[in-house]
Order: sequence, then C-alpha cells, then structure tokens
Amino acid sequence: MMDMVIGIGSALCLLLGSFLCLSGGIGIIRFPDFYTRMHAAGVSDTLAASMILIGLMLQNPEMIVMMKLVMILLMTLFISPTASHAIAKAAMNSGLQPLLVQAETKTGDKSSHL
Amino acid sequence: MRYTISLSLGLVVFWLLNSGYYTPLILSLGAVSIVVVVYIVHRMNVVDHESQPLDLSGKILVYYVWLIKEIILANISVVKKIWLGKGSISPTLATITASQKTDMGKVIYANSITLTPGTVTISIDADRLIVHALISENIQSLKAGEMDRRVSKLEKLC
Repeated sequence: MMDMVIGIGSALCLLLGSFLCLSGGIGIIRFPDFYTRMHAAGVSDTLAASMILIGLMLQNPEMIVMMKLVMILLMTLFISPTASHAIAKAAMNSGLQPLLVQAETKTGDKSSHL
Repeated sequence: MRYTISLSLGLVVFWLLNSGYYTPLILSLGAVSIVVVVYIVHRMNVVDHESQPLDLSGKILVYYVWLIKEIILANISVVKKIWLGKGSISPTLATITASQKTDMGKVIYANSITLTPGTVTISIDADRLIVHALISENIQSLKAGEMDRRVSKLEKLC
C-alpha cells in the first residue's frame, strides 16, 4: 500500500517536472528576445529540476542515493542563478538591448519596443 | 578555528555521503584527501566568514521556506505566460534599490531575484540592482519590497 502511494507520488512529480521542462523549452522558442527567453529557461532550472529530482528521490528511498540527489538539487539551486546572472551581464555588456514594453531605464539608452 | 572545524566536518560528511564504501582503505584515502583540501584552502586564505556564513545557517531556513513558496508561484505565472504566448508578456527593465548593508546580504537578495523565474538581476552597482522582468507586475512586487525586507532581517540576525 505504502509502496503504491510512493510510486504514484513519484510518477506525479516526474510527470509535472517533464511538463515544466517542456514548457520551458517551448518558452525558449516562443519568446521574442534573449532576455525573455532566459526567463523561460529559469522554469526548467528551478521547479522542473526540483520536481524531477524529488520524483527520483521517491523512486529510491535509500539513504545514499537520496543524499546524492539532495546534493544535486542544492548545487543546481546555487549554480543556476549565478550562471543566469553571468549570461545576462555578458549580454548587457556586449550591447544587446532588451525588447521593452515601456522604457523604464534610467541609463538613457534607446531601447526597441515590442 | 571554528571555520576550519566546520569545513573539515563538512568535507567528512560530503565524502561519507558520496562514497558509500566504509572499508579502512577508502576511509583513509578520504581522510588524506580532506587534510590536503583543508591545507590548500588555508593556503588560499579563503577560510573565513564569507566562504562559510555559519551564523546564517540556522536562520536562513525560514527564509528558504518563504523563497520556495515564491519560486513555485513565479513558476506558475511564467508557465502561464509561455502557453499564452508573447502577447501576454511585458518585458521591463528597472533599477531596484537594495537596503542590505553587507555584501552577503546583497548577494542573497540578487540571487533570490534571479532564482525566481520571471526576474533576472543583470548588474549590481553599490546598492542599485538592474533587474529585467518578464512581466511589469514582477517589478512592482519587487519594489513593494517584501523580499528586500526579509533579506535585510536575515542579514541583521547574523
């Protein structure tokens, strides 16, 4: 009985994680420019990765496997914002202007509008 | 000294959890590796409050619970926008003022902004963060400052 509940919970987590990954991928294709695409990638970085890892933890509740998955999850959550920030800053420094709805920048740059 | 002890303990736990073999040979190899790592880290002079914010460890858990809730809500909103298509988004660039005093506080704040889907910190200059948001409401909620307040509170505790 308990096994079945864990199995179903794990399947649900994996399914939800896969759906979020798919959504992230579709967002990367659909969104108009680099910066908005990065937000779509953020979905697969955070909740999708967590859901899939939690699903995998439930698949194998053995201590050593579980702790490794927890470590992967923590590493992902620490590294992905750092990487996103580095990529965004590099894009900004090389002069890529974001598409904006309203120009709220105080830098005075001319930005293209949607 | 307490940073050295906590680093060694951390490495011991890391080794034990990753190896899973508890034979004398493997354990002694682990001990040697840990001693070498601690020695190198000492020579690099990075064993301090910045690499191991020990005082923060306990108190940050409450903040993490709140942050996880925010991340889940932000994910739902971004996924909705993805399926609705590009007509529904309103990309915005704005400057946000951070009220944190220490570098650690600013890093936690900027990283939390980036970790929440829909907002990315592009650069930090003293206490001004340039943030790109997928939807302009995200900027409004950042300017309302709940996350800023929580990080400042966390920073004062340590």
